[in-house]
Amino acid sequence: MNYADEFRDPVAARGVLAAIARVTDEIGATKEKPVHIMEICGGHTHAIFRYGLDKLTPPGLEFIHGPGCPVCVLPMSRIDECVEIAERPGVIMTTFGDAMRVPGHRKSLIQAKADGADIRMVYSPLDALELARRHPDREVVFFGLGFETTTPSTALTILQAAADNQTNFSVFCNHITVPPPIKALLDDPHMILDGFVGPGHVSMVIGVRPYDFIARDYGKPIVVAGFEPLDLLQSVLMVLEQIRDGRAEVENQYSRVVPDDGNPVSLAACAEVYEPRPSFEWRGLGEIDASGVRIRPAYAAWDAEVKFGVGYGKGPRMVAEPDGCRCGDVMTGRIKPHACPQFGKGCTPEMPLGALMVSSEGACAAYYQYGGLRLEEAL
Amino acid sequence: MNQQLRPPRRVVADRVTLAHGGGGKAMRDLIEDVFTSVFAPPGMEDQARLMHPSLLEPGAQLAFTTDSFVVSPMEFPGGDIGTIAVCGTVNDLVVGGARPLWLSAAFIIEEGVEITTLRRIAASMQAAADEAGVRIVTGDTKVVGKGSGDGVFITTSGVGVIPPGRNLVAGSVQPGDVAIVNGVLGDHGAAILAARGDMALTTDITSDCQPLNHLMEAVLAAAPGVRAARDATRGGLASALNEIADAAGVGVEIMETDLPLRPEVKGVCEILGLDPLYLANEGTLVLFVSPDQAETALAAMRATPEGQGACIIGRATASHPGTVVMKTVFGGGRIVDMLVGEQLPRIC
Repeated sequence: MNYADEFRDPVAARGVLAAIARVTDEIGATKEKPVHIMEICGGHTHAIFRYGLDKLTPPGLEFIHGPGCPVCVLPMSRIDECVEIAERPGVIMTTFGDAMRVPGHRKSLIQAKADGADIRMVYSPLDALELARRHPDREVVFFGLGFETTTPSTALTILQAAADNQTNFSVFCNHITVPPPIKALLDDPHMILDGFVGPGHVSMVIGVRPYDFIARDYGKPIVVAGFEPLDLLQSVLMVLEQIRDGRAEVENQYSRVVPDDGNPVSLAACAEVYEPRPSFEWRGLGEIDASGVRIRPAYAAWDAEVKFGVGYGKGPRMVAEPDGCRCGDVMTGRIKPHACPQFGKGCTPEMPLGALMVSSEGACAAYYQYGGLRLEEAL
Repeated sequence: MNQQLRPPRRVVADRVTLAHGGGGKAMRDLIEDVFTSVFAPPGMEDQARLMHPSLLEPGAQLAFTTDSFVVSPMEFPGGDIGTIAVCGTVNDLVVGGARPLWLSAAFIIEEGVEITTLRRIAASMQAAADEAGVRIVTGDTKVVGKGSGDGVFITTSGVGVIPPGRNLVAGSVQPGDVAIVNGVLGDHGAAILAARGDMALTTDITSDCQPLNHLMEAVLAAAPGVRAARDATRGGLASALNEIADAAGVGVEIMETDLPLRPEVKGVCEILGLDPLYLANEGTLVLFVSPDQAETALAAMRATPEGQGACIIGRATASHPGTVVMKTVFGGGRIVDMLVGEQLPRIC
């Protein structure tokens, strides 16, 4: 893995950090009046805390942790519906492991499993399809969730199931898209963001053009970034340089992986299988227009919403978040995770109350797990 | 009938059936042919009857521990469930300063397991016991129906003796004490993950499972200032360090650049998004030693086959008591907490 080590070279990092400090100064940002950069992707949030990057950047630069953790933003009502399907006789529910602990109103999937539901962790939707082949007498459902990074693999699996006429397989589709919540954040009248670090893996699929509106319509810079520490630091520097120079452009730091036009095969599979939902609920942010996809009627035979009659919008939506939970304020940058009254008290990774404490990519969980306030107290 | 006069019992079936758990002839065949012929216990009564001179020394303490093993898959590069069932329990004794003497072994076997698999597991257990110099002196077998188990589950209990004057206690670690590990981290967890086959990963990583009593005896002889040790099994090094920080009321600071990791293990972790600090080990311990004896302990460790890769990874601090902090390659810091759930299912 020398390839990875090169992107973790401390000497090179010191050079970039010095440049970040210099440009932050040139912008005139200070601890009291900082420049706010949002990393959209949960993978970036995780990397910032894992490598302690927020402790190395100047006080005039503040990271705001964006909504890019798919497990975190999944609304509780969808977990409830997933549990409801999983508890029906004859069903095998399959899911990525990190969705197991997400709390629903009644229970999480891991609790439903303990109560007797047949819920199995898989590493790919193709594993779920294989399970359907091996258990023709059972209904195998895949809990499809995630951004454009996982959406194509679910689409290709549905296409495979259709080609094989595998009728005991279906997908409970909760796939969501990155650009709409960014637009929602930018439309917020209290918005304080000065620039964005864009998601690398999502952009590998969709390319960089879907972000044009950020620069064009809102005048904010965005740099699509890789996930190694040096990738992140360099991208932050590129955003800062744009701010200093008064530019607002879409730049691609991760060009070794991200083609400007994305991946046409993935995009074609998605276009074939999915259509946009009129709106979808995001935990902590509320309903956002056209921010999720559903399975097209042509593939209804593999749509768990149709098969089990739990279509989105049939049950009550917008179920209130628990008392005192301020995930929405954290996600929009109004408060830091530890400023939430529940942080580390009523809400911990063991017993998550709010969305951002659920997954290791959630801002609160990363903050809690890797330091944040406790680290400041410790050092 | 005198056992010496009748021919040895043989298992005729290829696979374990419920009859092998029925308490009759088939069960006796299984126990004698597959297990006791290999373990050669000192008697066939319902209990082992044991004596050891070290127990008579004034101030000696009996150490007694137990552990269950449910690893999936049962066989993996570098060992099998039998190897870790012996090494795990031996090492639980060893990190308390005990000299391991005797083990029990109880098997819960699922109907349908191949007899040849059981033979391989028994052979691995005896090989590990020979390496550690312990005897498997008593045991039990139960058979459960298909679907009520998953292959073979093994529970081993271990008895050892802590010589007079030794007192390894996590709570006695002092600020300034130096933390040393005996070798690379995460090999077992990474080997299991690759062996499971879910990820289509091909690696040469083998489990590190090995008994650590010879290494520990060498270190304690050279450096009596060793205050505490933990084997870094489930939850990895991170859990072991947190346990010590918590028990001793000290902070622990480790340096990311000093952690011994194979490039292959780093690679597996990169691909799967895992943290090697939480990967399980079955032949790796971390110990804390007073700073004046750190180099002596390190040299003694490196002189043993199990400790050739030994290195200093950090130290105990008076600041941030109860918390483990890692300095990252960039000089940033992060807290290394206990795992919330499980990084991987069924690793030991």
